[in-house]
Amino acid sequence: MADCARKGRTRDSMDKSITLPPDEIFRNLENAKRFAIDIGGSLTKLAYYSTVQHKVAKVRSFDHTAKETEGDPLYEISVQEEITARLHFIKFENTYIETCLDFIKDHLVNTETKVIKATGGGAYKFKELIEKKLRLKVDKEDEMTCLIKGCNFVLRNIPHEAFVYAKHADSEFRFQNTHPDIFPYLLINIGSGVSIVKVESEDKFERIGGSSIGGGTFWGLGALLTKTKRFDELLQLASRGQHSSVDMLVKDIYGGAYSSLGLTGDLIASSFGKSATTDKEFSKEDMAKSLLHMISNDIGQLACLYARLHNLSRVYFGGFFIRGHPVTMHTITYSINFFTKGEVQALFLRHEGYLGAIGAFLKGAEEDNPNQYSWGENYAGSSGLMSVSPDLNPMQRARSGTFDMLEMDRLERQLVNLPLLQDPSSYVPDTVDLTEDALAREYWLSCFEDALDGVVKRAVASQPDLPQAAERAEKFRQKYLHKLQTLRHQPFAYGSLTVRSLLDTREHCLNEFNFPDPYSKVKQKENDVALKYFQKVVMSLEKLSWEQRQFALVRGLLAGNVFDWGAKAISEATLAGRLLQRMAGKIEDNSGIDIILGVFPFVRELLCRGTEVVLASNSGPALNDVTNSELQILTERIAAMDSVIQTALKEDKLTLVQSGSSSPCLDLSRLDKALATVVLERHTDLVVIEGMGRAIHTNYYAMLNCESLKLAVIKNSWLAERLGGKIFSVVFKYEVPFKSQELKQ
Amino acid sequence: MDKGKCALEPKSAAVHYANGLQNGFCSPQRSSGSSGGSAAAGPSVAGLGCSSPGSSCSCSGSSGGGGHGCFESLHHHVLQEQQHNGSPAKRSRLRRRTESVRKNRPPFPWFGMDIGGTLVKLVYFEPKDTPAEEEQEEVENLKSIRKYLTSNVAYGNTGVRDVHLELKELSICGRRGSLHFIRFPTQAMHSFIQMGRDKNFSSLHTTLCATGGGAYKFEEDFRTMADLQLLKLDELDCLIQGLLYVDSVGFNGHPECYFFENPSDPESCVKWPCCLDNPFPMLLVNIGSGVSILAVYSKDDYKRVTGTSLGGGTFLGLCCLLTGCETFEEALEMAAKGDSTNVDKLVKDIYGGDYERFGLQGSAVASSFGHMMSKEKRDSISKEDLARATLVTITNNIGSIARMCAVNEKIDRVVFVGNFLRINTISTKLLAYAMDFWSKGQLKALFLEHEGYFGAVGAFLELLKSSDDPRDDP
Repeated sequence: MADCARKGRTRDSMDKSITLPPDEIFRNLENAKRFAIDIGGSLTKLAYYSTVQHKVAKVRSFDHTAKETEGDPLYEISVQEEITARLHFIKFENTYIETCLDFIKDHLVNTETKVIKATGGGAYKFKELIEKKLRLKVDKEDEMTCLIKGCNFVLRNIPHEAFVYAKHADSEFRFQNTHPDIFPYLLINIGSGVSIVKVESEDKFERIGGSSIGGGTFWGLGALLTKTKRFDELLQLASRGQHSSVDMLVKDIYGGAYSSLGLTGDLIASSFGKSATTDKEFSKEDMAKSLLHMISNDIGQLACLYARLHNLSRVYFGGFFIRGHPVTMHTITYSINFFTKGEVQALFLRHEGYLGAIGAFLKGAEEDNPNQYSWGENYAGSSGLMSVSPDLNPMQRARSGTFDMLEMDRLERQLVNLPLLQDPSSYVPDTVDLTEDALAREYWLSCFEDALDGVVKRAVASQPDLPQAAERAEKFRQKYLHKLQTLRHQPFAYGSLTVRSLLDTREHCLNEFNFPDPYSKVKQKENDVALKYFQKVVMSLEKLSWEQRQFALVRGLLAGNVFDWGAKAISEATLAGRLLQRMAGKIEDNSGIDIILGVFPFVRELLCRGTEVVLASNSGPALNDVTNSELQILTERIAAMDSVIQTALKEDKLTLVQSGSSSPCLDLSRLDKALATVVLERHTDLVVIEGMGRAIHTNYYAMLNCESLKLAVIKNSWLAERLGGKIFSVVFKYEVPFKSQELKQ
Repeated sequence: MDKGKCALEPKSAAVHYANGLQNGFCSPQRSSGSSGGSAAAGPSVAGLGCSSPGSSCSCSGSSGGGGHGCFESLHHHVLQEQQHNGSPAKRSRLRRRTESVRKNRPPFPWFGMDIGGTLVKLVYFEPKDTPAEEEQEEVENLKSIRKYLTSNVAYGNTGVRDVHLELKELSICGRRGSLHFIRFPTQAMHSFIQMGRDKNFSSLHTTLCATGGGAYKFEEDFRTMADLQLLKLDELDCLIQGLLYVDSVGFNGHPECYFFENPSDPESCVKWPCCLDNPFPMLLVNIGSGVSILAVYSKDDYKRVTGTSLGGGTFLGLCCLLTGCETFEEALEMAAKGDSTNVDKLVKDIYGGDYERFGLQGSAVASSFGHMMSKEKRDSISKEDLARATLVTITNNIGSIARMCAVNEKIDRVVFVGNFLRINTISTKLLAYAMDFWSKGQLKALFLEHEGYFGAVGAFLELLKSSDDPRDDP
């Protein structure tokens, strides 16, 4: 049975005293449409679709035929408004439901919306209230269908959604990569009872079993035994208890282990067995612990029996019994390990609490066809996974009235794997997992914190004419600083913590405060300067012998990367990079010297040799990396000066594609579908990835089906030292796939 | 099945027995029912309680004529004789065998003990064919043990003899007598050992065959406190051998095994005896303090599939905590008067009716103790309802795990044993219902009258085996 424990504190009087800060929760309500609500036993989850007006920096080419005066900028930058779609999910305690509904009513502008999709055990209870307050018709959706839909959605769209829980490991949470194929899987939903659902495809799922011993049993029986009312308090009691004083262990019966069966002495032979034979008082803590073990083990055992029967190895756990509680995740994990001897891993979900709301929302948005887009978690607007472990974060528990949020941006394209990945299911973009590496984590968090002043300055400088730039930049600083602090305490909040996620979070925060492209002007200036030298560089290269030229080209590639003005200007920690391919090569790069004087001569050389080149660049701005729209203009300009480039463009030997990324790093499992298509069509056989962000922080260990070249200059002394080198050391990693012959066939 | 005795028993019993046979658990050739020692025993009973693994000896329960010679047949391959035991020559041959066995059999007293987590199960063989001169020779403390055990039905405050389970007229190792079934709490183990010392038990030079965890846990105590050496035996081996043996000799002319007809309909649900012919493969679910689930493929080929800690100990433990009761009997009595639907949340409590999307009936339990999340309901709930809910929760869970194991192991016969089922028709019926309903009639739940004593019987059989010299085999 799903999340339908609807007792709890729902009888407590509604809390109307809180005031909701409109900037922080229920954002973008003005344009909100398509509401969905999932009301569980103690928490309400609200979902809506809205549009966000973003400032974006657009580049537009001047008409250069008319006037070609020295000193004129190459292109024009204008900050424009762009509207993008965003999904908002807010989770709050049921006691606030009325306040929240009032708030929504007051702020809702859009009147097209007539219906609110509702699910969860409490949906019918609050039906009238919702209909009265919002004047929307409540349309009930099946709970389990919503849950599965939501689960499919997060598994597909949110990297590091699923994780393995290991209480005593260095990192409590071990996040899983998104599998290209998420089906089939088993979802064990532990609400008041337990439902075991086998999911075979988007629309095909079946409840293959269940159990009445679930969260409700823990709560109900626990309350009877310990006179403790609240579920959370029961868990707290349990986390302090010793089950062995209540349970009869194998050693209590055998005096030791039952070795012929391989049953260790500490194994529970009979839950609560001692309370049947011993005439004494048991502590609340011990009874709660024993109960928790009893229920977790029982569910784990059933889950294993079903997993085995249906031959499934991916088993996700959800429901209010699990919901981020380390205690229950630990006991369930333990039980699964015990019963399957490690064959099956218990997987948990970061956004488990939102599945029903997401599913209900998707049911209502079917005509928008949300599955045709890819979505990305917005780190700026999402609360992230909070540890509720009492020892980890004592404050978090005590704070009631917390509003938890998840925001997802619609990416205007579908993201797919690079088809050249050797094993997409095991591909991990990031080289170092900072969740596991405490030393590196400490360094990078401090590094990003130290660099913040520079970023703020740069942001203000980028918008001399726009209002409140300084104030917005200050808000940005606060927000990002808060994120960094959160990550210090809970590195797992947004999945594995990586240099990439730190960079992306910063980009999201900058966007949030309308600093879409702080480097646009810098990039423009650099490009202008570099263009002037392009022909000179090409000419001097032409004079060299073939071998000398190759060295010079590589030096150029790396040198451009060193004279990364962005890195100098902000701090050594800011990164840029490029990705380039031969025979359909690929580049992503810094603007200016790097792209124009480093990459283009290299591309030109390849073209001269008859190699087709695909140049891939970021779809959206990130630091001083060249964006696809900038690159279009630059290429045009270079083509006007250089016949090789011009011919190549004309004959379709040089193709410009956007990567789908707006990050200084690169996730090869989330690339624009168009790029993937080109890569396949052109039979790409060499991939060049360049720069710290794309070749070192990410993809350093990426295995491709074709030859690959990863190059970068280490522009960070700490990292250089860690890798056993000095600052400005060069990484030049050429790899031939192990089984390239077979794979090509 | 003790066919010989079957013929001797009053007619009603035989009729009863035949009724059981009609219900499909019996191989066709046995439906003749009363013909003692027919060839029917053949393959189906072969190997029951066999002495040594791999030997082909077999026991057909009892020799029809003599009324004795059951158990020696185990060791001496007298199946042939038994099948033709009508002739006087054969009978005398049998007697000679019996004499030879006599030399080999262990000295009295004959005990088998199963020391579990909660209960100690003791079986005691009382010889009833002791010649007068032998009785005079009988040493005093042996006599006093016999008198003490057989003239009482209760021992101390907590020991009980299950008189109704007594197996009468058994022939074992050439001796005829009764097998008594006694239980007492494991907590009283030390008093028991004390008694052994006080009665100078060690002077009898008997081997004390013990199984269950306590055989290991208390071994040292037996040795140091009472100078007694235990022969420790594996509890699952004993369980299976004991079960097969008791089933083979039958329950004083009745079948040992029974099932419920129409388990899904409380109105017409009735208990029927049956035979455990062709018992293999079977899923054996032993519900003691905890639960062990075994897949048994032959008398000595089995594996422990899994187990659960939610067993009889959990029921009693939770009942004690929730209701303040002290004994299993008390707990069951309360449960009988209670209504679990006041405690458990049903599907209809959540969905207002059936949850059709998943084919769940409104009356199915959605959340055990789910109503107890509400303070009002906690404050007004009765102890009886709590006891009932505890019983139903534990029972259903065992049923559910057993069913999954049966499906995974591809076995359709599930045999439930263990003391949790003692005087516990609520659970037996519920298990029968659960097997039938959730498997859509594919699985059959079977039960045995001597529920919790098979381990002790198995240990007892080992005692007799231990004195047997394999070279004595013809």
